[in-house]
Amino acid sequence: MQYTEAVMEHFRNPRNMGTIEDPDGLGEVGNPTCGDMMRITIKVKDDRLEDVKFQTLGCGAAVATSSMVTEMAKGKTLEEGMQISNKSVAGQLGGLPPNKMHCSNLAADGLHAAIEDYRRRHPETATG
Amino acid sequence: MENVIYMDHAATTPADPRVVEAMLPWFTEQFGNPATLYTCGGEAETAVEEARARVAQHLNAEPEEIYFTSGGTESDNWAVKGVADAHQKKGRHIIISPIEHHAVLEPAEWLEKRGYEVTRLPVDHTGLVDPEDVRRALRPDTILISVMHANNEVGTIEPIAEMGAIAREAGVIFHTDAVQSVGKLPVDVKALKVDLLSASGHKIYGPKGVGIMYMGRRIRVTPLMHGGSQERNRRAGTSNVPGIVGFAKALDIAMEEMAAEAKRELAMRDRLWAGLQERIPDIWLNGHPTKRLPGALNFRVEGIEGEAMILCLDMNRVNVSSGSACTTGSLDPSHVLLAMGIPAELAHGSLRVTLGRDNTEGDVDYFLQNFPDIVARLRLMSPVYDK
Repeated sequence: MQYTEAVMEHFRNPRNMGTIEDPDGLGEVGNPTCGDMMRITIKVKDDRLEDVKFQTLGCGAAVATSSMVTEMAKGKTLEEGMQISNKSVAGQLGGLPPNKMHCSNLAADGLHAAIEDYRRRHPETATG
Repeated sequence: MENVIYMDHAATTPADPRVVEAMLPWFTEQFGNPATLYTCGGEAETAVEEARARVAQHLNAEPEEIYFTSGGTESDNWAVKGVADAHQKKGRHIIISPIEHHAVLEPAEWLEKRGYEVTRLPVDHTGLVDPEDVRRALRPDTILISVMHANNEVGTIEPIAEMGAIAREAGVIFHTDAVQSVGKLPVDVKALKVDLLSASGHKIYGPKGVGIMYMGRRIRVTPLMHGGSQERNRRAGTSNVPGIVGFAKALDIAMEEMAAEAKRELAMRDRLWAGLQERIPDIWLNGHPTKRLPGALNFRVEGIEGEAMILCLDMNRVNVSSGSACTTGSLDPSHVLLAMGIPAELAHGSLRVTLGRDNTEGDVDYFLQNFPDIVARLRLMSPVYDK
């Protein structure tokens, strides 16, 4: 199984690893029974993702996609964040081996869960 | 693989240079087909029969009871499917352990789809089968018992001789997959009371693509490979002369060096395990503390995932494997660890280290220096470990 250099780079030097204290939104996806779990925390200001951090239990693809999704999401609006898809995350990494695509499914889902959590806490910001 | 610290010998082993040297002439100067009538064919045939005799001697069998195959997978398939076919009038019930290699599990599943019944025995938390469970599972229509001698993932050594005695008393054919034990433990087919036994060349510093089936003289097994009279009409296909010569040479070397090498590997792996436990909290052994192959160490690390550990170790030039789902290629982690009662989330965080001839004390030191930091880093990243 071969990972791209981009995947290995994110695995070796993950971006935005950690947990935001007092996050504005928290998303947790996956579960340890499956060997794959992500926790994404976000800080929101003026409808933008001011800060995004991740913690991940999982394989190389899981770690790299978590790292990449935080990089893609930081600075974007909440709506733009919801538009980030698992496919686009994998694409930014130059692709994943076919049997690893399921590992990548959690990254964007985790981000969306965090944004939805924020919107639940701040119903006034919910769009339509 | 220069500069790599290879600790995955259960997966495969480098061929010993003495083995390669013994094989080479049979590719070129002496390339003859043993089934032919002219001189160089005869020479090749002699080489095959000499190899057969030596292999038989090492296993305490007769030469006519040793058959050369393409490897452990073929031998396992032959044993399971061949017995099932030959004895179906007697019955269609097969007993296996749940921790067998896929080359036994999948033929059994294939037979299930064709109306055979398969009983999968329990194993305890160390991976041991209880011979009494074999006795309890026997039925009048049982035609085959298959339990591996030593497990490839955790190294647990099964009580084959006891099970063999029970099988013999009941008149049921007993097969053991000895792919991981041949060359590492004494394997005597008479002492083990087995009727069929599989072994593989590339696990014993021999070539890939060759293995053996031991088949007791009186045991009836339908051939898997039809199309030639090779191997006493039981396994068609032009003899893989270089492979066969290589297998026998590899086994010669393994038997000669076995006692000293087992002692050496055992000491290294025990030092490795003691050292890991000192340096890393929340890790546990998967397997039996003593009834285990000398070089085998499988352990689980709480809070992190196996493939991530493998990648980090690979970045540090260390090669090992894991029981995590991401490495099994399915969504479930190792079936062996699950059968032993290890929860899935811990099975995903397991690592298999299997030492071999090329490993040194320096390799053990290197692992002990590097692995704790890898674990610490991955635990920091983990959402489920916060001790």
